Amino acid sequence: MLLLPALFGLAFLLVPLIGLLVRAPWSTLPSRLFSAEVWTALRLSLVCATAATVLCLLLGIPLAWLLARGALPGRGLIRALVTVPLVLPPVVGGVALLLVLGRRGLIGERLDLWFGFSLPFTIAGVIVAEAFVAMPFLVIAVEGALRAADPRYEEAAATLGAGRWLTFRRVTLPSIAPGVMAGAVLCWARALGEFGATITFAGNLPGRTTTMPLAVYLALETDPEVAVVLSLVLLLVSVVVLASLRERWIGGLR
Amino acid sequence: MSRRPALRRTALAGLAAVAVLAVSGCGDDSPAASAAGSGTTNLSGTVNVFAAASLTGSFTQLGKDFEKAHPGVKVTLNFAGSSALAQQINQGAPADVFASAAPKNMDQVTGINPPATFVRNTLEIAVPKGNPAGITGLKDFADKGKKIALCAVQVPCGAAAGQVFEASGITPEPDSLEQDVKAALTKVGLGEVDAALVYKTDVLSAKDEVEGIEFPEAAKAVNEYPIATLADAPNPDGAKAFVDYVLSVQGKAVLTAAGFEAP
Repeated sequence: MLLLPALFGLAFLLVPLIGLLVRAPWSTLPSRLFSAEVWTALRLSLVCATAATVLCLLLGIPLAWLLARGALPGRGLIRALVTVPLVLPPVVGGVALLLVLGRRGLIGERLDLWFGFSLPFTIAGVIVAEAFVAMPFLVIAVEGALRAADPRYEEAAATLGAGRWLTFRRVTLPSIAPGVMAGAVLCWARALGEFGATITFAGNLPGRTTTMPLAVYLALETDPEVAVVLSLVLLLVSVVVLASLRERWIGGLR
Repeated sequence: MSRRPALRRTALAGLAAVAVLAVSGCGDDSPAASAAGSGTTNLSGTVNVFAAASLTGSFTQLGKDFEKAHPGVKVTLNFAGSSALAQQINQGAPADVFASAAPKNMDQVTGINPPATFVRNTLEIAVPKGNPAGITGLKDFADKGKKIALCAVQVPCGAAAGQVFEASGITPEPDSLEQDVKAALTKVGLGEVDAALVYKTDVLSAKDEVEGIEFPEAAKAVNEYPIATLADAPNPDGAKAFVDYVLSVQGKAVLTAAGFEAP
């Protein structure tokens, strides 16, 4: 009874990817693949997605800890707010970022005034946009891991005289490592594929803010075959990363 | 759907066609003339109009006017960069009418009826209100210290900008290449960039947020906007009637008010 819709579901997810492979210009693939624009966009994408993930880890793990362990009022509401970027259309996120961190934004205006620094149209802007969209994935995964972890180990550490920070570093963090890793991978994958917030907040300039998804979108209008090649590269990178990490670290996803 | 006999519509369509012939006077590319020939059509359903981003304001108005003139017909508008629209149509998007900001993007579409040029548009420098960066002319676009937005080369405003820069021997230093002219305009309106090259009509449409600076080199790249019906339009009668309406006296009035020049 469930098998048929399940198979349809599987086909629904896989057929578009197969279509990509079928329509790929295999004969001209190598020459297109090794063009400078592909590598520029790919390198930028990898650097930005990784930087965004690091940023998410630095801010997201403490936030997840606060949500899971902290005794603060209105925790349910805060959790709901944290997940807003998850459901928000990324373009809306980009507009929101512009209004706050843009050159005339609430905070961005100060940055520009005091430091002569503005985020839009810079690599930093890409990283911020990606982190904004991707962080909820990390927070949710880490919070889940924290809730599943046995708090008695932490209590035991505390009775042995460990401070909060030491306990967190030596007991909590190792115990939730698989969850953190899973969250980081999801976060990285989301950042890598980010389009809407990036193009809205960081604009589009090859070599500076044109990440792979933007390049795919642009190429579709000029040379669809290049778009297919770029898509294949992105697909390959995602598959390789997910597959290699899954075996080693992501017990939590199974 | 079609609730009324076509008497009034026929009269209107005829009127529009006559008006077109009288105003444009160019009988060679004549979707209007052929529409007048089949003037007994019963208009109904939805007309899907794909129009260049720079036509956003004027075509929204034209769509409303057209619906008023043809009760029972609904106009659905899809605005984007002309290159994106051409791509969508080629991928099978159900378009009845395509209005491009440049002939090049019109030519990219396969299965299009002979287009007619309906307006012309020139570029202008758009700066945020008050011109905080003190932009004076095209040479400021070569200044790395200034934040500059241009249209991407595949959209007509980007292609026109390229011609302008080439003609004037200036190498621009853009900070972003936007997907359509309205995206570039928005960045100016928000004050995120110091200047952008957009159309005169865009400056006019956002006159509360931006100021326009005319520059002599703009004459080197005047964009001609073609409009055409699609060969396999889902609603061919509606498509013809809409194109006729755009080319009519009423249509011209709306477009001229938005700052477009007659072809």
